[in-house]
Amino acid sequence: MYMTNSIIKLEHITHKYHHSIALSDVSLEVKQGEFWALIGPNGSGKSTLLKIILGLLTPMEGTVELFGVPIDSFKQQQRIGYVSQKANAFTTKFPATVLEVVKSGLTSKKGLFKRFTKEDEQRAIDALEVVKMADRQSESIGDLSGGQQQRVFIARALVSKPDLLIMDEPTVGIDRQNADSFYSMLSELNREYGIAILLVTHEVDLVTQLATHVACLNHTIHFHGMHQDYEKMSEEELSGWYGHSVRRLHQKETENLT
Amino acid sequence: MIEAIFTYEFLQNAVLSGLVIGLIAPMLGLFIVVRRMAMISDALSHVALAGIAGSLYLSQQVLFFAALNPVYLGMAAAVVGSLLIERLRRIYKSFEELAIPIILSAGIGFGAIFISLAKGFGTDLVGYLFGSVSAVSRQDLYIVLLIAVIVILFIYFLYKELFSLAFDPEYARVSGVNERIIQAAFMVITALVIGASMRIVGILLVSSLMTLPVAAAIQLAKSYKGALIYSIIFGEIAVIIGLISAYYLDIAPGGTIVVTSVFILLIVLFGKKVRS
Repeated sequence: MYMTNSIIKLEHITHKYHHSIALSDVSLEVKQGEFWALIGPNGSGKSTLLKIILGLLTPMEGTVELFGVPIDSFKQQQRIGYVSQKANAFTTKFPATVLEVVKSGLTSKKGLFKRFTKEDEQRAIDALEVVKMADRQSESIGDLSGGQQQRVFIARALVSKPDLLIMDEPTVGIDRQNADSFYSMLSELNREYGIAILLVTHEVDLVTQLATHVACLNHTIHFHGMHQDYEKMSEEELSGWYGHSVRRLHQKETENLT
Repeated sequence: MIEAIFTYEFLQNAVLSGLVIGLIAPMLGLFIVVRRMAMISDALSHVALAGIAGSLYLSQQVLFFAALNPVYLGMAAAVVGSLLIERLRRIYKSFEELAIPIILSAGIGFGAIFISLAKGFGTDLVGYLFGSVSAVSRQDLYIVLLIAVIVILFIYFLYKELFSLAFDPEYARVSGVNERIIQAAFMVITALVIGASMRIVGILLVSSLMTLPVAAAIQLAKSYKGALIYSIIFGEIAVIIGLISAYYLDIAPGGTIVVTSVFILLIVLFGKKVRS
């Protein structure tokens, strides 16, 4: 019997590249309305796990369910909004307005051979309102700053009204101040709209304080649970699984940094 | 020239085909350029050369081919080439761009063999290489019109998928856009446009009409739709000026169309520099 509010369910995922193990027996469940921060050092298997969740890679062992449906038969991709790290690295001279980019988030929801309508345009504008970028809708995407572009990509992910937002290091290349306001916006989205979030990052920082749940990955899951329990973990424990010394930054310290 | 257009059927064919190609080549070209695949049209046009040369050679040997319009075999070769490029891109996943020189070389190789076997084709082949005002038949015009209808319907109905794949292919895949089928169809359509354009601009210059107007357009446009409109306008200007000058100077239209496109690009680049 499937839990109706289960959004991502990974069971015993193992994956290898040639002879090196990327993921070993990883199990994790994300439920409706939860905001998960998946943290781990570089090369810990985070991207592999994301690819598996997004259906871009089939794991060697283990099962993946999305919204209670095995991933092989999952056809409701529009319920997932995805913001990649690479979004920062798109061709900056690409001739497209902010509105065109956001509308493209409706592509698969509309279905083949159907054209965008005025209502679709309004939905894109509404999504831009959420990320406070509606006044920039006619500007070329390449003219915006990294932080603003990332907001537009969030809007593109939100326009199909997803139940789950998956983000791969969305603040790479964005300065501290913008990253903090970006994370606050995510937290707001999670609280106000009830969107489940899975955010992947190699930074052990403010995002883990905004998230409701934290998972620590270094090829295998070293910790997963509520944010409060994660906070109880000592810096020594944290550094132990992370592989090198890690120090938590708390709210006040991050404010001083900005 | 206007009077001559009403008098001579070949001129009507050339002008109408030219105007249609000036519309569809840059239109499709925008999707090719923004996906950084500009060299694909070069590769496919060289495969089309192999098809044309093969057809011209066979027409000397087999009666059936003597009656067949070489454009058909050229187009068929380009379609096969487009599917092979897609296949090779998947085989050489980490070196996707390798597919293009492989197919381009194969095209020239086969072309050279057929040309040698036939001991040269004289003016026929020159017409196919650089385009011709006088060689466009009514049948060629009908082929161009049919392909134009296919291309316009393709872009009209798959615009959002094509945009999504061009802007962010990974996102498009993750969000459920069927990249494989759309990409394969896109390649076949590109091959058809190359086939349609080669009578007017010539095999060697057809890729220029797909890329130069686009190169100028993306300098000016802020939106994708804007880039599409600018590309078409620049393409049409190049074709009209190119055909008129080719007619009066009695030279290959491929050359005049492409040189006009180069001038348009230079004017745009210069204008942009002055403004900034």
